Amino acid sequence: MSARMTLGQTAEIAGPKKAFVISKPVVAASMIKRAKRPLLVVGSKAVDVKTEDGDLVDTAIRLSATGKFSVVATAHIIVEFLKRNAEGIHSMQMMNLGDRLRDPDWTGLDGKGAYDLIVFMGTIYYLEWLVESGLKNFASDLRTVSLNRHYQPNAHWSLGTMPEGQWREFLDEIVTTLEEEN
Amino acid sequence: MKLKIDELSSTLGTFKGLEIEVGRIYDEEWEEPMGPTPFPSVGTLRSWDRKLLDRYKPFYMPFCDLCCLCTFGKCDLTGDKRGACGITMAAQQSRIVLLACCIGASTHCAHARHMLDHLIEEFGRDAPIDVALNTNVEAPNIRLVCGIKPKTLRDLEDALDYVETQLVQLVAATHTGQEGDNIDFESKAFHAGMLDHVAMEVADIEQIATLGMPKGIPDTPMTELGFGCIDSSKAVIMCIGHNVLPSVDIIDYLMENRLFGEVEIGGLCCTAHDNSRYDKRAKVIGPISWQLRYLRSGIPDLIVIDEQCLRTDILIEAEKLGVPVIATSEKSMMGLPERTHDPPDEIVADLVEGRAPGALIIEPKKVGEVAVRTVLGVAVKRKKYTPPTSEEIIEMAQHCRNCMECVRACPNNLPIMEAVQQASQGDFKFLGEIYPLCVGCGRCESACPEDFPLITFFNKGAEERTINEKFPMRVGRGAVQDVEIREVGRAIVFGEIPGIVALVGCANYPQGGSDVAKIAEEFLKRRFIVVATGCAAMDLAMVRDEEGQNLYEKYPGNFDAGGLVNLGSCVSNAHITGAAIKIANIFAKRPLRANYEEIADYVYNRVGAVGVAWGAMSQKAASIASGCWRLGIPVVVGPHGAKYRRNLLGRKENDEDWMTYDARTGKQVYVGPVPEHLFYAAETVEEAMVMVAKLSMRPNDTSKGRAVKLSHYIDLHKKYYGTMPDDLHYFVRRDADLPFTMKEEIKVILEDKGWKEGDIAILDPTLLDRLVRRRE
Repeated sequence: MSARMTLGQTAEIAGPKKAFVISKPVVAASMIKRAKRPLLVVGSKAVDVKTEDGDLVDTAIRLSATGKFSVVATAHIIVEFLKRNAEGIHSMQMMNLGDRLRDPDWTGLDGKGAYDLIVFMGTIYYLEWLVESGLKNFASDLRTVSLNRHYQPNAHWSLGTMPEGQWREFLDEIVTTLEEEN
Repeated sequence: MKLKIDELSSTLGTFKGLEIEVGRIYDEEWEEPMGPTPFPSVGTLRSWDRKLLDRYKPFYMPFCDLCCLCTFGKCDLTGDKRGACGITMAAQQSRIVLLACCIGASTHCAHARHMLDHLIEEFGRDAPIDVALNTNVEAPNIRLVCGIKPKTLRDLEDALDYVETQLVQLVAATHTGQEGDNIDFESKAFHAGMLDHVAMEVADIEQIATLGMPKGIPDTPMTELGFGCIDSSKAVIMCIGHNVLPSVDIIDYLMENRLFGEVEIGGLCCTAHDNSRYDKRAKVIGPISWQLRYLRSGIPDLIVIDEQCLRTDILIEAEKLGVPVIATSEKSMMGLPERTHDPPDEIVADLVEGRAPGALIIEPKKVGEVAVRTVLGVAVKRKKYTPPTSEEIIEMAQHCRNCMECVRACPNNLPIMEAVQQASQGDFKFLGEIYPLCVGCGRCESACPEDFPLITFFNKGAEERTINEKFPMRVGRGAVQDVEIREVGRAIVFGEIPGIVALVGCANYPQGGSDVAKIAEEFLKRRFIVVATGCAAMDLAMVRDEEGQNLYEKYPGNFDAGGLVNLGSCVSNAHITGAAIKIANIFAKRPLRANYEEIADYVYNRVGAVGVAWGAMSQKAASIASGCWRLGIPVVVGPHGAKYRRNLLGRKENDEDWMTYDARTGKQVYVGPVPEHLFYAAETVEEAMVMVAKLSMRPNDTSKGRAVKLSHYIDLHKKYYGTMPDDLHYFVRRDADLPFTMKEEIKVILEDKGWKEGDIAILDPTLLDRLVRRRE
């Protein structure tokens, strides 16, 4: 277990409250499935991270197609979704998003109400670390999940750090499970 | 003033040995009446701060969930827990922000004080303050905050006395069981920032006034920057830090003894800037992030350190090179033996013979002599360090354990391990690709179980293109002249010059320093005024276009639309706030003297200035930013800047947050979310550029000005996001605000959002009730 909780970056040590490691893809998939209003946050590194689908933008589009999520692209990364003709993807900068997610009265990107589960992927490691710290401390009812390759201590649930190939398969299985259940 | 009377007979009696002492008598030649807040104390401007903080609420991102500052702790503050003293997580985060700002402001203040004491000793207390051509407002921050008009070095002592006193109060507020409210902590952080700009102003104007640095001239000479600017056939002195005094005496000694032909003096970080302002023959090697990189080249024969942002392991690095270190500041003594009072002959002999790793010499004149004589001796005697050969690096790389520790330690997760693996096969291309992205922290080396000198590896990978590389950089000019402010004030306030972009701060970039050049050029082409200081002013020089020109060659140095203005070192940041203050005072004729709130209110509502600290790293960067916030100038940082633990963010959708007085009627009206944020960390440089354009909007923009600003915002959004912005309905006030060429496109969005003309007011904006001129 300790090896799987290896931090993504040296010294980014968790506080007393740290993320549980998601040990199986099905666990992540069922967590997402159970959520009433999950939001998938796709960060600026999504184009640099290769997956079974191509890159994380492609995977995010696939996840979006399951209909389980609202999807938001941070920074300027919406441009990548537009290039691939993806529809219904929202765009909001990471700081603006974090600031609103901590507000229980925020009605979401589509105005339909607050989210109950936030799933992160394709983010800059330390930026996700910080935003999840903000949410852990100031929006404690909001569940957060990190699907990146390195353990994120400030999420509620995180994948453990794993080799690239293993992570790709793990992620692919999560998406496939969600697709199958669709 | 001190009056001593041996014996005084009066009707009251006889007094013997009477002494009367009166503090400073301020020269009251200044006709402007004293404003409401001279020498403001910690709480004086609290209500102004709270107006800003009501709009821009802190979004805290704790960097640590614990408090470990007292022996009750460690206390877990996660969520709604409280520490043993009762402190909350929010208050703890803002307390740490305050501490960072106090450290930053203290550092500039201590720097200013050290220089002032020395310069008074050398030039006397009555040395005049003459800092910029065509300028009457010589010290806008000091005039605004302190209510004094400095004429001589003596007057600067008063400003520093004040800053020091206030900083003690602020640090005291961080003690266990003092302040308990996060917003009051934030207000104190603003106070520290404001003090910092006073301290920086003192530091820069005292050196400009006495050391012959450029006095605000736009066309300062070009100096050289980069690895290739150093002639390594000469003996090379490398000066690192931020305090110019020791370097000045090195340069003087070289001149007096006609030794410039034999000795090369190069600098890193702000000392390099200020050396080049003193004498353009002093070379600028590069920004602070180049310390390890340049040391590993093996070129320097002597290292002279002064203060701030130094590598604290400099002695270890120097030992590897076989060169001595001269420390020159009591703030950074590095364990070296005190030699200030020893004869120069003895010190030089010890250093040249290698009997001591270095020396602490506090007296700058002695540093000048010892440094030059030492470097001449060492250069002849020492066996030059030669970096590892390609074969040696391949051999080392073959022992890589593939443990990933280097990648995990890298702040930017650079693919170091992969590059090392490629190098083990004799391919150095990947190492070369890491070179421009590396921030030079050396954490990878520290983490490597094989102790690979990875910075040296990166140097090797980029060697061919960098070793002879040099770039021109216009020498830091110092303050903006009053006459320049008169010429551009109107265009800035009405929005016709779309904004001032200030590129400042350190070199902790997420993707290399070329991003700074990218930001600069984007806004220069758009006719913003771009000002730069410190490491940012260096990094933006290091990109050439297809014709081989860099930005300093392509854009003029005047404070006008499309001008690229290198103000100088970190302490020259005071001239950025100074310029904004002078717009309010000189162009708009607002009273300046001790009138902080009114001037800040003016700047906030009218001057479209935005700070960008893309590589912000230090506590100084925190306090510099904080001084901008209090003055109403928003600041954008790179993603690493989120580690300052909190952003100050507006919520554009909350109409009630954006109500402002119309000074002509006294009514509170909605002005839209401008500027939307006060402190904002952008994830990518593309995001930052779009945000900067957006943050340049102000309530006072004329329709013409707003149209210009909107056109840049929309154009950048389309360029980098690939779409029209979806929030234009917050920024278009009238049909006349619409950029002509984009009218139809925008109207579609406005219609979709239910926009109505007139919902957003155009007015004479103020946040201060007392500035309402007439009430309806």
